Amino acid sequence: MSEIALPKIDSSILNRKSEIVKKLSKLTNIENVLSEADELRPYETDALSVYTQTPLAVVLPENTEEVSEILKFCHSENIKVVPRGAGTGLSGGALPLQDAILLGLGKFNKILEIDYENKCVVTQPGVTNLGITHAVQNKRFYYAPDPSSQLACSIGGNVAENSGGVHSLKYGTTTNNILGVQMVMMDGTICRFGGKSFDQEGYDLMGLICGSEGLLGVVTEVTVKILKTPEVVRAALIGFPSIKEGGDAASEIISSGIVPAGMEIMDKALIEATDNFSKAGYPRDAELLLIVELDGTESEVNELIKKVEVICKKNNCSSLKLSNSEKERLSFWAGRKAAFPACGAMAPDYYCMDGSIPRGKLAEALLEIKKLSKKYELPVANCFHAGDGNLHPLIMFDGNDKEQLRKTEEFGSEILKTCVRLGGVITGEHGVGIEKRELMCEMFNDNDIQQQLSIKKSLDEKNLLNPGKVYPILRKCAEEGRVHVHKNKDKFPDLPRF
Amino acid sequence: MSTKIKINSQIFQDSNNIYYPKDEVEVSDLIRELYKQDSPTVIIGNNSKSFIGNKTQSANTTSLSKISGIIDYRPEELYIKVKACTPINEIEQVLSENNQELAFEPIDFGYINEGKSNKGTIAGYLSCNYAGSRRFKVGSVRDHILGFKGVNGKGDIIKSGGTVVKNVTGYDLSKLIAGSFGTLVALTEITLKVLPKKDSSKTVIIYPSNFEQIYDFFNKLSSSSSEISGAVFVPEQSKDKDFVTKKNSVFKFNDLKSNVSFIAFRVEGDKISIEEKINNLKKELKLSNSEISILDVYQSEPFWKKVNNLQVFEKTEHNLIRMVIPPANGSKLCKYLENNHNYFVDWCGSLFWIEVNSKKEEKIKDLKKMAKDFGGYLTVIKTSSEYDYGEAIFTVDKVRLMISEKVKQSFDPKRILNPGKMYRGV
Repeated sequence: MSEIALPKIDSSILNRKSEIVKKLSKLTNIENVLSEADELRPYETDALSVYTQTPLAVVLPENTEEVSEILKFCHSENIKVVPRGAGTGLSGGALPLQDAILLGLGKFNKILEIDYENKCVVTQPGVTNLGITHAVQNKRFYYAPDPSSQLACSIGGNVAENSGGVHSLKYGTTTNNILGVQMVMMDGTICRFGGKSFDQEGYDLMGLICGSEGLLGVVTEVTVKILKTPEVVRAALIGFPSIKEGGDAASEIISSGIVPAGMEIMDKALIEATDNFSKAGYPRDAELLLIVELDGTESEVNELIKKVEVICKKNNCSSLKLSNSEKERLSFWAGRKAAFPACGAMAPDYYCMDGSIPRGKLAEALLEIKKLSKKYELPVANCFHAGDGNLHPLIMFDGNDKEQLRKTEEFGSEILKTCVRLGGVITGEHGVGIEKRELMCEMFNDNDIQQQLSIKKSLDEKNLLNPGKVYPILRKCAEEGRVHVHKNKDKFPDLPRF
Repeated sequence: MSTKIKINSQIFQDSNNIYYPKDEVEVSDLIRELYKQDSPTVIIGNNSKSFIGNKTQSANTTSLSKISGIIDYRPEELYIKVKACTPINEIEQVLSENNQELAFEPIDFGYINEGKSNKGTIAGYLSCNYAGSRRFKVGSVRDHILGFKGVNGKGDIIKSGGTVVKNVTGYDLSKLIAGSFGTLVALTEITLKVLPKKDSSKTVIIYPSNFEQIYDFFNKLSSSSSEISGAVFVPEQSKDKDFVTKKNSVFKFNDLKSNVSFIAFRVEGDKISIEEKINNLKKELKLSNSEISILDVYQSEPFWKKVNNLQVFEKTEHNLIRMVIPPANGSKLCKYLENNHNYFVDWCGSLFWIEVNSKKEEKIKDLKKMAKDFGGYLTVIKTSSEYDYGEAIFTVDKVRLMISEKVKQSFDPKRILNPGKMYRGV
């Protein structure tokens, strides 16, 4: 697992390290350039911590002009650059390269403008996702996309990964919630796409940049849309005696015309694990648990809750509990948000998968995963963003047992292939990075990949910006990739992962 | 139309030498051949929106109109996959049978062009990316595209996206294709996100007394937890008698005074929550002592169709402009436009439809400067017969143009597809 093909190291760059560091120190404040081994260590990996690489140097610029000058210099000297936000990404998108500068945006940590009249916030990319909501919540506004790592992940990273979250079914992912970006291209050109007004005319370059995993440019400013906090939010906690009945109910809720703010599914293994871990009071006799959250005005929410109740009863739910206070609503979520650490407490290691499937195939996918679990003799716990078909199976294993590790990898790969076979995709929200790079050809043929590579080439001709990520280097469909957590030592153990 | 180019294929060509490939393989064969011969082509669907964008001439014309039909509609999965030139009417009809819709509310550009309905095809609509009145609530056309297939300028069949809403696998090319006016790929297949129709709707009409008040209302409406799904301002414009007559005839409803300036906002949902939201909004907008009227669902639905279809500018012979700005600058723009040009404001204060009060294009320069100063952009949607394209139809800065050229190059290196439709050199 810890070996992965990376772009060929340019030894001439390694040999010029001190000269490069000296030059970088002239382009930004000298303290912003890190080059000693102990200074570089914290930057060796992102949240896909199974892979580590020591960068040539870390540079932490303070403004857009500095970013532009640094990139211009690297471009002219053929030095590779890996951009990095908060380093919370789960797919290795910010994994350093030995002959590359790691460009950290951590000092871009200011909110530049809060504009209630235009319902937007202009922010630097290093501000955390939750930091934006905190800045506007006193006027009852919020920023909608809510990746589980929102406490720590940066908005610039969200743009790079097109991050989603629990509420993306109703409110969309990052791409649907930003109005503009300022970006620096690899040759140092500073550009601006969009602004405070809706949409762009011409090619939607902001749409292209969002989710491009740091391969096309370095985002130095983001303008996000803010929304008014809903008047009422309520959640329902519903247990089902079988996977099929619960899956069908989730599917029927959507097809009946209800668009929940969030809808989550957990299987029996996870119900038990999370309830043991967080004492959330989940129905332990249920085979499948559904959490449905609805928001809107009071009568709107009450009306929708009634409809959800009818559908769940029709599908033979074994228990149904509605939240009657904000405290109770949060308690419904407590277990779900503890899903990852709960699995960490049950086995020395777990792999987290991230695929998307059509909602109607939820039951089929779960049953298939259950079958695979038997085949590989490895326990698995499942949580799904059921509203949008995004599944996160967690395979539990012991990494010290090489045979178990091999089986886990095979199991994971079969799950992702199952997603594609059911009409879905290999990554719903964690990104491709290096983790799922070799699985790209499960979804795309040569023409598709060549077109994407042509875009990359047109904007970064020398392939210096974050090379080796997203697209297969060896052009083979190796079976690898997933988030590996050993002894519950997630790089960010305090972050809820859902 | 030139007949110089000899295409070695069986693709149907009509008497005007327009090619009609019948599937993606034929599109690919045709474009591959044109690529080899360095021979560009205009790409059309049903020609309903070909008046938008620069007038271009190419050696060839390719119509994708035969690539039509619904491939896969899954109401429970909230998506529909169609062949690219499926008429929007056909899609809306099928969705409506399942009580679903295209939430971005496609505009029927047939009215401004020909004075009658002509919605055209979904590929044409996606290529323009002009969402209707609900945009500020639900997003634009690009936000509803889950995936596509098409043929790039080298003749390669390519795809991006899929049928699921959560998908971050590779670059999000669906966004790039939206609004690209057929200059990057010839579309052959599109997957759209669909949403349930709301049970009912009502529209509240208020009569503001000045521009500051209009934008105060817009601001309060967009800041409310009681969500609205449409908000327009239609000005009185009493000096232009023709416009007033037109306006009165288009917006002739029992419960609407169309001869004065009015704001209309739409509330959708089940009947109980509509009442609740209207009551909340009346309080938030402090309307207790103001004159208001309410259009019930039977008036509300046709009202929004007329707004959305730009019927007040039916068959206009003037230059028609679409300007989008941040709403905070809206009242300044309204003041400038008053008695200068006919206009109305949609998207709760962001979108201005402006009929320039002269067939000459010189006034467009002023408006374009204003759009830029206000942090927005404008597009000349329909040009008058006297328009000589001295002033560009689109708004683009040097850097974005440079990047657009690079992106174009990556899809269509020999500029085979719709060259010049958007910008010179693209």
